[in-house]
Amino acid sequence: MATLLKIEEIAPAFKRYLVEMPEIARKHQAGQFVIVLLHDHGERIPLTIADSDADAGTLTLVVQEVGKSTMEMGTLKEGDEIQVVGPLGTPTHIENVGTCVCVGGGAGIAPLLPIAQAMKEAGNEVVSILGGRTKELVILRDEMTAASNEMIYTTDDGSFGAKGFVTNALERFIKERGKPEMVIAIGPAIMMKAVAEMTRPLEIPTVVSLNTIMIDGTGMCGGCRVSVGGDSKFVCVDGPEFDAHTVDFDLMMKRQRTFLVEEEEARRRYLEHHECQATKGGELS
Amino acid sequence: MARELTKKERMQIPRQPMPAQDPMERIRNFGEVALGLTPEMAIAEAERCLECKKPRCVEGCPVGIDIPAFIVEMADGNFEKALAIVKKDNTLPAICGRVCPQEDQCEQVCVVGNKYKPVAIGRLERFVADWEVAQGGEIAMPERQPETGFKVAVVGSGPAGLACAAQLAILGHSVTLFEALHKAGGVLVYGIPEFRLPKKIVEEEVGNLQKLGVELRFNFVVGKLASVQELFTEYDFDSVFIATGAGLPYFMGIPGEDYIGVYSANEFLTRVNLMKGFDFPAYDTPVGMGRRVAVVGSGNVAMDCLRTAKRLGAEEVICLYRRTRAESPARLEELEHAEEEAIDFRWLSSPVEIYGDDDARVRGVRVQKMELGEPDASGRRRPVPIEGEQYDMEMDTVIMGIGQGPNPLVTRSTEDLELNRWGNIVVNEETMMTSIPGVFAGGDIVTGAATVILAMGAGKVAAAGIDDYLRNEVRVPRSKADGT
Repeated sequence: MATLLKIEEIAPAFKRYLVEMPEIARKHQAGQFVIVLLHDHGERIPLTIADSDADAGTLTLVVQEVGKSTMEMGTLKEGDEIQVVGPLGTPTHIENVGTCVCVGGGAGIAPLLPIAQAMKEAGNEVVSILGGRTKELVILRDEMTAASNEMIYTTDDGSFGAKGFVTNALERFIKERGKPEMVIAIGPAIMMKAVAEMTRPLEIPTVVSLNTIMIDGTGMCGGCRVSVGGDSKFVCVDGPEFDAHTVDFDLMMKRQRTFLVEEEEARRRYLEHHECQATKGGELS
Repeated sequence: MARELTKKERMQIPRQPMPAQDPMERIRNFGEVALGLTPEMAIAEAERCLECKKPRCVEGCPVGIDIPAFIVEMADGNFEKALAIVKKDNTLPAICGRVCPQEDQCEQVCVVGNKYKPVAIGRLERFVADWEVAQGGEIAMPERQPETGFKVAVVGSGPAGLACAAQLAILGHSVTLFEALHKAGGVLVYGIPEFRLPKKIVEEEVGNLQKLGVELRFNFVVGKLASVQELFTEYDFDSVFIATGAGLPYFMGIPGEDYIGVYSANEFLTRVNLMKGFDFPAYDTPVGMGRRVAVVGSGNVAMDCLRTAKRLGAEEVICLYRRTRAESPARLEELEHAEEEAIDFRWLSSPVEIYGDDDARVRGVRVQKMELGEPDASGRRRPVPIEGEQYDMEMDTVIMGIGQGPNPLVTRSTEDLELNRWGNIVVNEETMMTSIPGVFAGGDIVTGAATVILAMGAGKVAAAGIDDYLRNEVRVPRSKADGT
């Protein structure tokens, strides 16, 4: 079991968890993830790792509360214990390529952070383009600033940085400064697809990190499979990173909707139950 | 000996039928199908044994249980003695009594079977094991030999790992069992359904292992959190046993396999068995099965999927198999159970394409009719397509139960480990040692997908190999050699 040492809300519906997990912290490399299980009725949730500290023996998880399990995780208190397994997935290939543009959107900024750190440490010029719907949803700005040589922000509503999408900013960057040697994009599938479409004709090597439905995370169930270059690949062991230009994003986005009905039902039931408890006041808490 | 029956009289006792839940009742629940013999039935069944002087059944048992000896005790009603005899060679009788293919092993060579039906050895084994649990357990706990100080890591808590860990603990070694999932048992918990192997039986056996001093480490993925090499260098183990099983699902490679509604058998069964998806939303993991379910394949795993789908309420459950019933690799008992449960078997039928709608949800399967041609390398007649004979079936769920390969997480991350061309680990069959000194392997990761009992047999052989290696080659435990 892993103890939650510290929990903070870093943006609306975004929490940062500091988890005591010395063995994983020692082994974690950029690009890897963990699977978390909250209790014996819970589901196994794949979560990205935002940071690790081998000396302190801790992992940092940044979790957006989108469904029943992540909302439930948000109700945990410091000192509570959860089950954590990892580090899973193949680490990012870190190499000094020259200029590396790190494109992050929403919750995707969290797994981007250790990759940007490692790329910068390897000697790359790291330019980070971070986007969100509003300013407060552009998370981990300070941490990403420390891991980058240059920062570019975009928001859908123009409340911070340039108004528009990260792809607009990437396009502008390339027009003004030329092609970077590499682009790493992590965020919503639709964003990663847009980045891939943009860099494909320019032949800029582009890596994306996928977050699909998963159970075991060890290559056993195949639920996470995606079509990459016409082959079926398992995100949990073959990925989570793939060449963006070979991923079938359309099929992947459809597959992400596999349990839409069940997810909605679970969320509704959870919220009803939760609100019901809240209206009963302090009795149950 | 209280037995005064003649050989002829014994053989004329009819084989005791296994009490079972009624098919139409059981397809609405996940309770165990086979209910177990009563003590009276067990004694009557035991009386059928001829106590052969050269018992062929023992040779037919992958772990070499002294079968006539335990059956004689049973016939006399000495269940405790019978249990002790079984447990001497098999630490997991409640599991083996349920899932072993006895008809291909001990019972296949039973002399009574030459003229009548063979002695129901598996049912008797299950009976004594269940009897122990009914008495509150721990009746025939094996004794641990004195501590040796050696540390052994067992990787994977499936049948091979459990059997090896138990044997090593009895031999006095300090054993840590590493499991990637959050529950112990491997295929016994994620794969085999509750109605065939109740999970409390697996828990019971795992509990016994802990009483023997075996330490369990859950959520520990060897190959990721620590490599096999690091188990020696960082965790101070003196030997490692790899029992990671056949955890890699195979797909057919036909169009449409990535559509929503296509599952590997592993995924479907894991959602239901390990994650208890049949009880969604009380449990958080959904199954997402539709109303018309096709399962491809006709082995034991496919049977488990078919019968699980039926219990989850599918209206139509269809088995697609490219050969015929006669070539079906499933145990006859499983096949018969599935037939009783009104599973629709389509023999000589092979899917060639899965088609879907615009949302990528499965709508149906295109099936190719087959016929049997000349025998292939396996000796079975090869199925060949009948030209022009294809038809479409409307389906919303397709489950691939066509086999599993070796999970590559450990093998890929271990340098110098010799593998065969299918990715299975190559071992010395006498000791189960791999190409790396001190590293042993057994079970499906070595043989490819096989049976629970063969994996347990391999675990047992490996335990002897490891014991010999530690005592005669390592001699001094790593933890004591360091810094002294």
